[in-house]
Amino acid sequence: MTEPATDYSPSLDTASALAAEEHEAAIEGRSPWYLAWRRLRRNYVALAFLGLFFLIVICCSLAPLYARYVAHTGPNATHLAETVIVSGKPRQVLSGGGFHVGKSGELVPNAGGVKILGPTWWHAGGRFLLGADQNGRDVAVRLLYGGVTSLKVGIGSALICTLFALTLALLAGYYGGWIDWIAARLFDLIWAFPVLLLAIALGSALTINGFHHFGINVAAGSLWIPTFVISVVLIPYIGRPLRGQILSLREKEFVEASRGLGAGPLRVMFLELLPNVASTALVFFTLIIATNILTEAGLSFLGAGVQPPNASWGVLISEGQDRIVTAPWLTIVPGVAIVLTVLSLNVFGDGLRDALDPRAKVKVSVAAHEHGADT
Amino acid sequence: MTAFILRRLLGMVLVLFLVSVLVFVIFIVVPGGDPASRMAGKNPTRQNVINIRHKWGFDRPFYVQYYEMMKKAVTGVLPGPHGQYDVLRSFQNQTDVVQQIKRGMPATFSLAIGAGIIWLTFGIIVGTIAAVTAGGLSDRGITILALIGISMPVFWLGIVSRYFLAEKNSWFPDGEYVPLTQSPVQWAYHLILPWFVLAVLFIGFYGRVLRSNILDTINEDYVRTAKAKGLSPKTVMRKHVLRNSMIPIVTLFGLDFAAVLGGGAILTETVFDLHGVGQYAAESVGDLDLPPIMGVTLYGAFFIVLFSAIIDVLYAFLDPRIRPT
Repeated sequence: MTEPATDYSPSLDTASALAAEEHEAAIEGRSPWYLAWRRLRRNYVALAFLGLFFLIVICCSLAPLYARYVAHTGPNATHLAETVIVSGKPRQVLSGGGFHVGKSGELVPNAGGVKILGPTWWHAGGRFLLGADQNGRDVAVRLLYGGVTSLKVGIGSALICTLFALTLALLAGYYGGWIDWIAARLFDLIWAFPVLLLAIALGSALTINGFHHFGINVAAGSLWIPTFVISVVLIPYIGRPLRGQILSLREKEFVEASRGLGAGPLRVMFLELLPNVASTALVFFTLIIATNILTEAGLSFLGAGVQPPNASWGVLISEGQDRIVTAPWLTIVPGVAIVLTVLSLNVFGDGLRDALDPRAKVKVSVAAHEHGADT
Repeated sequence: MTAFILRRLLGMVLVLFLVSVLVFVIFIVVPGGDPASRMAGKNPTRQNVINIRHKWGFDRPFYVQYYEMMKKAVTGVLPGPHGQYDVLRSFQNQTDVVQQIKRGMPATFSLAIGAGIIWLTFGIIVGTIAAVTAGGLSDRGITILALIGISMPVFWLGIVSRYFLAEKNSWFPDGEYVPLTQSPVQWAYHLILPWFVLAVLFIGFYGRVLRSNILDTINEDYVRTAKAKGLSPKTVMRKHVLRNSMIPIVTLFGLDFAAVLGGGAILTETVFDLHGVGQYAAESVGDLDLPPIMGVTLYGAFFIVLFSAIIDVLYAFLDPRIRPT
């Protein structure tokens, strides 16, 4: 490899540029995690987006406080017949719609349909900050509660998916033979499915009566169902590349040395192999949260994910889409929340990847891009 | 090469078999999955449920049911007269699944081909511009737009663009698919929005992958040699850099295109009401209607497996270092 030509030096790849600057002497004797942190520390864009992500997480986790002290309502409380003072003027949460008796006694629909209170932007003392929905519920409160659900499902499924894939990849990579064959075929099999189709099939099959087999009881409306479904369908996207890495690592001298010293399989797997793939797994974990939040939204939109009355961002969009003409905020607000969250994770994930392995470039995110999960 | 293709074909059949078994198992282990009780209506008589169960064979062992279902799926695909029970029929409304999938294919294919052309073209343009101007203003702009593009839920983008471009201002028609044979102009006009909405995600992603590949390739020795020979920057870019940077794009495109062709664009098809294969699957899933889900899954898996085999063969031609074994 040669030094990057000056006319093409990418300044947005801050981390790789920084890595190139590092002198050999400065690297000597430092742990790779410290070096990565040093690179990441100077990548202000990535850190800013990490900050944005934490801000979103904190805001969502403060949902009960916001609901109680600012909006004075709950996520499922309806305010159908209430009046709110907006900038000193009374406004009804819901008005219009219905019918009136026409001249010849027939019912005629009232002009304009149901009018829903739009965003009040603090002009109503914190109530209906982002407007109301068709049931007179506070959109801002539901957005925060929905965020809790979306983040729980997204992070939870990313965790399960990464751990599952990591375990499978370690077992397959270490033992090889028939264990490897089974793991590889399992990845191939799930890979061959249209991702979203498998997810909605699993999701809707499980939402009928929940899951009651093998001593595991999961209720039909449980958040575990979408969490589990999403983690299962995305396993090959992490498992395949990790398995590949471990297959090449197990041939390395340090593994042989460790075995020669009498280390057992567990020791080799967890103390020799795992630390070497941990950075890749961490990057995958970050990027897959973003994918999972998008997948959850899509599943919930199709009715096979999070079930009402639980709100999630996908559920909110799905509930709001029919009223987009009269109440566009119902759809736009949760969508913006998804975009910001996913964007923050994608930017930070990229920065993390650059910091942990400047030479890995885009390969990790190629693997994390699953064909058609969000189409 | 012949042995390789044969082996891939055999593997394909095996994967499709396993996929069908897995789908079947998912629906067999579902507690509320007894189709007979749902087909018999609300509060059905016991006898009616038993009759339906017997007539449709739900009282037989699951492997017999599986075999019968697969046999029907195969006869459904073959030409010839079909009776009441010898083709794969929906439990919910007794329609012929294969016919329904065939009916959805024109819309799905139109969506896939149009969107595929758009995302590949724009992805390459965007990625090349970003790489050539790396560090500059347009690179930054493209990188930011690409990141936003891959962070948007496609169905949300679809709903919002429908609202702004088709409902609030009627610049574009509001959903629905018009067959190409009926009116090519209306066909394209109705598909423009879905094409672009579906393509946005991929453009962002392909652009980023290509940009980073080009930046990697540009530092290779053979590129420097080409420059030193006195080739114009354009020729170096087109013949030496782009050709090599495109290899990962081929894989990505193959798999993504196969997924959309196989009805994978469920969200886009549903949002724009295109009545393609994906939307058919989404509608059947709501009713837990096993035969259509089985049909569409096999149809989709067929395209994915087929295209990954094609990519492997194509790879060997593009890069002689990779020999299929």
